[in-house]
This record gives sequence, structure tokens and C-alpha cells, in this order.
Amino acid sequence: MEFDFADQQPKFLMLMYGLVAFVLVVGGLLLLLDVVPAWFARRREAQLVAASVSGAPLPRRPRQREGIFALFFLLPTLLLLTIGLVVPAIRTVLLSLMNGDSTEWVGLRNYGFLFSDDAMVRVLINTLVWVLVVPLVATGFGLIYAVLVDKARFEAVAKSLIFLPMAISFVGASIIWKFVYAYRGDGDQIGLLNQIVVSMGGEPKQWLLESPLNTLLLIVIMIWIQAGFAMVVLSAAIKAIPGDIVEAARLDGVSPWQMFWRITMPSIRPALIVVMVTLTIATLKVFDIVRTSTNGNYDTSVIANEMYNQAFRYGQSGQGSALAVFLFILVIPVVIYQIRNLRQQREG
Amino acid sequence: MAVFTRPRQAFVIAGVIGLALSATACGTGDDKKSSKAGSAECAAYDKYEGHDGKKVSIYASIRDAEADLLERSWSQFTECTGIEIDYEGSGEFEAQLPVRVDGGNAPDIAFVPQPGLVKRFADAGKLKSLGADTKALAEQNMPADWLKYGTVNGTLYGVPLGANVKSFVWYSPKTFKEKGWEVPTTWDQLIALSDKIAASGMKPWCVGVESGDATGWPATDWIEDVILRTQGPEVYDQWTTHGIPFNDPKIVDAVDRAGSILKNEKYVNGGFGGVKSITTTAFQEAGLPVTTGKCAMHRQASFYANQFPEGTKVAQDGDAFAFYFPTIDPAKGKPVLGAGEFVVGYADRPEVQAVQTYLVSAEYVNSRAKLGNWVTANNKLDIANVASPIDKLSVQILQDKTGTFRFDGSDLMPAAVGSGTFWKGMIEWLNGKATAPVLQGIESSWPK
Repeated sequence: MEFDFADQQPKFLMLMYGLVAFVLVVGGLLLLLDVVPAWFARRREAQLVAASVSGAPLPRRPRQREGIFALFFLLPTLLLLTIGLVVPAIRTVLLSLMNGDSTEWVGLRNYGFLFSDDAMVRVLINTLVWVLVVPLVATGFGLIYAVLVDKARFEAVAKSLIFLPMAISFVGASIIWKFVYAYRGDGDQIGLLNQIVVSMGGEPKQWLLESPLNTLLLIVIMIWIQAGFAMVVLSAAIKAIPGDIVEAARLDGVSPWQMFWRITMPSIRPALIVVMVTLTIATLKVFDIVRTSTNGNYDTSVIANEMYNQAFRYGQSGQGSALAVFLFILVIPVVIYQIRNLRQQREG
Repeated sequence: MAVFTRPRQAFVIAGVIGLALSATACGTGDDKKSSKAGSAECAAYDKYEGHDGKKVSIYASIRDAEADLLERSWSQFTECTGIEIDYEGSGEFEAQLPVRVDGGNAPDIAFVPQPGLVKRFADAGKLKSLGADTKALAEQNMPADWLKYGTVNGTLYGVPLGANVKSFVWYSPKTFKEKGWEVPTTWDQLIALSDKIAASGMKPWCVGVESGDATGWPATDWIEDVILRTQGPEVYDQWTTHGIPFNDPKIVDAVDRAGSILKNEKYVNGGFGGVKSITTTAFQEAGLPVTTGKCAMHRQASFYANQFPEGTKVAQDGDAFAFYFPTIDPAKGKPVLGAGEFVVGYADRPEVQAVQTYLVSAEYVNSRAKLGNWVTANNKLDIANVASPIDKLSVQILQDKTGTFRFDGSDLMPAAVGSGTFWKGMIEWLNGKATAPVLQGIESSWPK
């Protein structure tokens, strides 16, 4: 098919509008940020000049004005947060107490369904497996890699190799791995994994069909993507360990093993926690990988995927919202832990 | 500290305003199409006149090549009446439509392939009932069964548009002729033929139910066809409306009978592997081995004709064709399972009603059928306008007033079952789970 610019005119127009809107909003905001403080500064200057000319005492910086000024910048954020986060959160909680088409109050029935329905319990268990395995293994891999590759030759190349998957979207990564797991009954295998099995004299398998192996195979995809992130952050933390500490330890004659456990690990603890927490939250919300690879079939579904199905595909917004609220509750302790940790660091 | 100096501020402001102005200037450059009303070729569209320059938006799941045909089919109408039709097709239609409607961004018209979804919107008070003209024309042109599927609580909301016939078994007339096999007309003959083919070393059946988001649906069609044949249309209606439970012995019996083919290692799955390969084989690919001789039969709807590669002759004496899925109990008649989409309106502006009326008219169905690849239950369709042999056969079946027609059961059920647990249940069943627990699981998921 030929590409006809005239036919596509509405789309270009739309693009144009988008660009203009972007320029207006972002440009406008930048302008405001630029103009408003400059205006205040000029006024202050004029006041100071006037005061010094007339010999009157210098006017005090009006405290109240500053409060208004702060509010001016805070207000849009607060407003957007309310519209985009607080209101939907309250609405979701309310919806989770209603029936499928949100016409009647049903109390906690939807939450009962979460813990009694066999398929749902399976979903919860799967999510638990994801949350337990992904952060631990991804961080572990990242840490080992970061330590091994530290100050080695070609460090940059080695690091970029493992960091590359981060650049691929979850959906893209899932499609790539679907080919790895692909199965053909007889004849040539197009899947890498099955080809390896066959060339070693085994029978090809339908990898994504057998539970719980399939969940673990999907987890591999997530680890493949996230190990690079863990590695980069931890590597930076390792490099930030003060050189004199390392040197002092060397002079004291530590073995590499002691070096790792006594020096490296305590020094990078904050970074480790940040990585673990970030990965835990990301894993709790995992959706794209499951949806692209198996669509939650063959007992691989997780909370986020089931939430989408219930709310949007089956028209059971009550059950979908209950899942969303449950997911929210699961994330809260992780966030609290992170905040407390940050505070301790600041105090310590 | 100011980042920009004063002259620069002026420049930025001027730039922003200039950009905004130029964009609006482009917008007004849009030329309005004027109608050619009054010319001879437009005589048929006189009754839809008077809405020149109005816009009607349509949202549906039909995309790509099919969508092009769709847009071509009403080009004459838009030219003559001046009603501009803004069509949008989406692969996420079923999930996105409720989001759009609830978000106050409903299209004027949607083509909904599931009566269950039509009911959900009607119950929520989102749909507009049809205009008097549309209703009168629909009652005149459409079979009563079909209107029933678009009716909720006595009000007609959806006009049937396209249709397909699902009770078909695809085979290769060439292969059958070479091997001397006869097209079976009863279930016993079908099984006898399957055994014969299996004994010859070829797998008699190929099946595939993988369909992305909708994985599992082709298996539900199998079950529905068998229930219609063993239990008859009355029990079928009870089943789809939850008049009898999902795990009723009659349903268990039908599922087991379907399983005697689907879960039989000797019968499936030609060219793809064992029984378990059914759930991971894309339904689009599943029937192709029929033409390459790796399997002999593939049960799939009339629209499967489009899946064969270019150059495949789809005809009674060609590389691929379909026969009627045989009857099991002669006392239950010759039932036909089918499906189709329904035109529903979220707005009742006059121009929207005009489009709805047009879509059910004889002019429309014939102009769409002439473009090929399309079937409808509309009895104003002239079979001479249908080119492909399989579409011709489908139209004959749909227009046969003596036949019993039933709509796809999973589309009639609430989405939580019909496109949820029923599909998922079938996947588990094909992967080896026994019939009883699978049906029990589906039964317990029926929304209360």
C-alpha cells in the first residue's frame, strides 16, 4: 500500500494539535516558573532600593507572601493528585463493595470470593511465588554480576550486555521468550529451548502448558529484564565505597570472602534495599508478561491480570475492584518499610 | 533567577501563540463534502436525506481488510446523503467498549457480536431503543429468531448485521476423492470415517483453540453444536439462560461426546502433536493441514474460508470445502449454530437512526455482499450477489425457513461465563482435567 499524505491529513492535524498543546502547557509552565519568581525578585529589589534611598528601615521579607507562593506551586500538584489518585482510589474501594454492574451493595462478598474461589486462590499463590522469587533472584544475579565484573577488563561492555534487556518493553520481551518456549509437534522445532532438548536426544515439551513450571518460566522473563537494573544500581553503590576503607581492609589482610561480607555488603545495604523494594513493587504489579505469554491460562494468572479480566472483560467490576484494593494493600507495607528505612538513614 | 531575559520571554510567548494559530488555521482548511442528492444513482437513498454534513461514529471489532470492505460498502450512502461515517475498529473492542461507554465517550453506533453484551448495556440503560423506521424494516427483513437475540426485556435494541454459520466441517474434496472417502451425514458415519482415517495412519482431525485473549472459544463451539444435536434447541435455550445448571447430566453427556473426538489421541491433532497441542495451536492455523494432507477434517465456521492461503480453491471440487456437521439424533432436526454482530445505538439523533435503518436495508446488504466475503441472515439478500461457494451455502442455510437456528451459546451467556470461565474451563478440559470438575467450576462462576 502506498502512503498518501493527503489521506492521512487528519492524523497529522491531530499530531499538530498534540504538539501545540504540549508546547502550550509545558511552555506555559516554564514561562510561569520563570516569570513569577523574577517578578517577585524585581519587586523586592525595587523595595530595597526605595528603602535605601529614603533611609527608612529595610522592609522585612513578608513571610505570609511566601506561603501563598508555595501554595501556588503546590496547588496544581494537589489538584492533579486528587483527580488522578485520591478520587479513583476511594471510588475503587466503594466499587469493591458493590456487585458486578455496581447497582447494589454486597458488603465484603467480593473479598470472600477472592479467598474462596479455587481459581482466585491459584492467582494469589502465583502472585506470591512471583514476589518471592523475582526480587531475590534478580537482585542476587545483579549483585553477583556487579561484584564479579567490578574493575574487570571490558567492564562497560559486560555491563551493557546485561543491561540491554531493560531497554525492551515487557510485551516485546514476552514475545521474544514465547519464541524461545515455542513448540512444534513434529518436524523442525522453532523454539530455542525445545531445539536444545531435541538435540540432546529429548522429547520436545510444551513449556508454557504445565503448572507450576510455566509460572517459573514466565518469572525467568521478568528476571531477564530486571537483573540489569539491579546490577547497575548495585555496581554504582560498590564503586561508591570509599577507597580508604577498602585499602584499610586490604592492609588488615582480608580474604575476598571476608571483603564481600564485611565491607561490600554493609556498605551497599541501602542500595540493596532500594533495589529489592523497587523490584517487589514492580513484580506485584506484573501484568504485561502474563497477558502476552499465556493470557493467564494454564494456571499462570496473577492479580493484575485477573483484575483486568474481571473488571473490563467479564463486567464484574466489583470483583475487579476488590482485586485492585487487595493489590494496593499488599504494596502498602513495602512502601512503609521503604519510607522508614529512608528516615533511619537520614537520621543515622 | 530568570532563565530567559525579557526579550526572550516575548519571543517564547510569540512563538507559542504563533504555533497555536497556525494549527487552528489548518483545522479550518478541512473541506466539507457536499451530498450529491438528486442524481439518479442516489434515488435509492432519498429516504435518508436531510442530514447533510452530519457525522456518525461507529465502533466495532472489525479491522484491516474486512474494515476496508465495510467502509467501501457504505461509500455510496455517505456520498448521496452527506452523512459522514467515522468508523473505528479495535482488537480490544469488548474490553474497551464498556470503558468508553462508562466514561461518557460512547460511539454513536457499535457492532456488538455478543447478545450478552447487548443485554448488559441495555440493562444499564446505556442503549437507545431503535427508531420506528429501523424497527419496522428490521421486522420485515430479519428472521424472528435473529431479532430475538437483539431484544432485551421486550425492547429491540440490536439489529442483526453480518452472520456466519458455525456448523461446518472443513475437508479437502480432492483428498476425499483420492482416498475414496464419503462425506458423512450422520454422527456414526463421522466416527466410522474417523476410525478409518486413523487406521490409515493419518490423523482424522485437527483442532486449535488458541486465539490470544479469547483462547478457548473454538472448543465452546464444539460443545454447543453437540448439545444442539443430542438435546435439541429447547434444552439448548435452557442451558444458555441458566435454566438448567452447567453441570447438568445432559450437558456432561454432550461434553463427553465432544471429548470422544477432541480428547482422543488417535484422532487429534494432525500435524501439531497430541491432544495437549490443541490449546496452543492458533485457530487460524489449525485447519490449514487439511489442504496439505496432514489431517482430514476441521470443524470451524464459514469464515474460515479466508484463512486458506491465496491460490487455494475453496469450492465443492477444490482444495478445501466444508460439509454440514452431521446430525446425531434425527429426532432433534437439523440444527444450525451461528453467530453474527448486532448494530446498537448509544445515540438516537436522526442521522444515527438513518444509518441504522440503512444498515438493515436491502440496498446495504446487497452492496456489502457484492464486495465479497460476507454473509447475513437478512432475507433481502439476493443470493446471486454472493460469489464464493461457501458463502452461498451459508446463505442457503441461513435463509432456510425449515431449519432450526441457534446463536452461539457462549455469546449469549454473561461475559464472566461466556467469555471467561467457559473458555478457561475448556482449556483445562483439553489439557486433561475431567469433565465433571470442569463443568462444576463453570457452574459456580455464574454471576448471581
